Amino acid sequence: MKKTPLCSVHEKLGARMIDFSGWYMPVQYSSIIEEHNAVRENSGLFDLYHMGEFWLTGKDALKNVQKIVTQDIEAISDRQIAYTPMCRPDGTIIDDLLVYRWNEYKFLLVVNAANIDKDFAWIKSQLEGEVELTNDSDDTGLIAIQGPNAEAILQKLTRQRLKSIKFYWFTTGKAAGVECIISRTGYTGEEGFELYYPAEKSEELWNALMEAGKELGIKPIGLGARDTLRLEARLMLYGNDINDETTPIEANLNWTVKFAKGAFNGSDVMKEQKENGTKKTIVGFELGKGPAARHGYPIMKDGKAVGEVTSGTMSPTLKKNIGLGYVPPELSKIGTKLDIEIRGKNYPATVIETPFYSRKRS
Amino acid sequence: MKYTKEHEWANLEGDTATVGITDYAANQLGDVVFVEMPGVGDSVGKGDTIGTIESVKTVSDLYSPLTGEIVAVNEEIESNPGLVNEDPHGKGWLIKIKLSDPKEMDDLLSEADYKAICE
Repeated sequence: MKKTPLCSVHEKLGARMIDFSGWYMPVQYSSIIEEHNAVRENSGLFDLYHMGEFWLTGKDALKNVQKIVTQDIEAISDRQIAYTPMCRPDGTIIDDLLVYRWNEYKFLLVVNAANIDKDFAWIKSQLEGEVELTNDSDDTGLIAIQGPNAEAILQKLTRQRLKSIKFYWFTTGKAAGVECIISRTGYTGEEGFELYYPAEKSEELWNALMEAGKELGIKPIGLGARDTLRLEARLMLYGNDINDETTPIEANLNWTVKFAKGAFNGSDVMKEQKENGTKKTIVGFELGKGPAARHGYPIMKDGKAVGEVTSGTMSPTLKKNIGLGYVPPELSKIGTKLDIEIRGKNYPATVIETPFYSRKRS
Repeated sequence: MKYTKEHEWANLEGDTATVGITDYAANQLGDVVFVEMPGVGDSVGKGDTIGTIESVKTVSDLYSPLTGEIVAVNEEIESNPGLVNEDPHGKGWLIKIKLSDPKEMDDLLSEADYKAICE
């Protein structure tokens, strides 16, 4: 198991540590609900060392990235970031990632921890021309600071003007004396930043952020609350909501698929699906009081299984049971009545608008 | 107060045992959001699965530590499942069982034996 460099810091904070697909990471410190609410109302700090960071560089880097992801990376500016699926020629999703564009010769790809080896091998197999791929995951630390107070706290530690970094843009500079990539991104549905930095500086940066946030009540947040936060914001979790068998069109990620840029891996299949429809589509639903829907539970209509729950939880913000799952498109309309089968019993559910939660924009 | 290796406690008064989950179990589960309980009047056998306890993160079974009849369930848990975390040995109790054979209590673990399991 790989250990985060912040392992002893987490243990001192009383974290419960788990094996998260091969990484020894904190799942919760005090309580998932408390941590969740801290991010919605104040600010929280996440150690995300497990995430993978690849660099794609060289004269032909742009051409290659355009081929492997569905987003149009030529259309975004230097210092801008795109969230994008990466697909096979049959349209199925290998991973969802962030592409940070330095310039047309240099990109940072941020991939899911569980997919690092799979992604590296896949990308390597796709590369053509003058381009190099390196895996910098072990040496790169990643800390996210999220919540309405995140900017005020981080601003205390950096001379970079955070206000001028727009959503899904980044800059580079020092935070608490540590050289960082600072991006306005996150996986919580709140305002916030993600900081990439040399992993050996982890304690320095973490402690400085905790100290800077002390009077504003910053809390360390484990992977448990990270999951409930992202689900309320309807952010996909690879391995649950999207996987090797789903396409971006089925996952309702059409906004990330840019046919106008020309052919790319899976574009034919996705175009066909967009025109003629898919057999399944992802929906958000709520259920009444009672047990929560969870990954793998059957979705039923008139006593017949029509799909499967991919993620579900009791929503700490909305205080009701919510979930995502795939159903045939004819059952995807808002207001459609479904049942979720939980331990042999059916519980009524209703298809509702997503995201379940959107922050109030000031 | 007696304990089980499934991390439940039972406290006998007369012929009726009050049952809940231990502090250790509540901690391991994290925030409890739903408890599915048996019905009052149900007959339960020692070791039977009689309900489920859900936290934000996981679902686990609730076992009957003893044989008898359910004479009460803690109705406050339905509206406030967090009681299980706040006060697992008190206000967060789950069920009361009228025992068929109060001697069954003797088979449960002592506090010292239970503590040894948790370490």
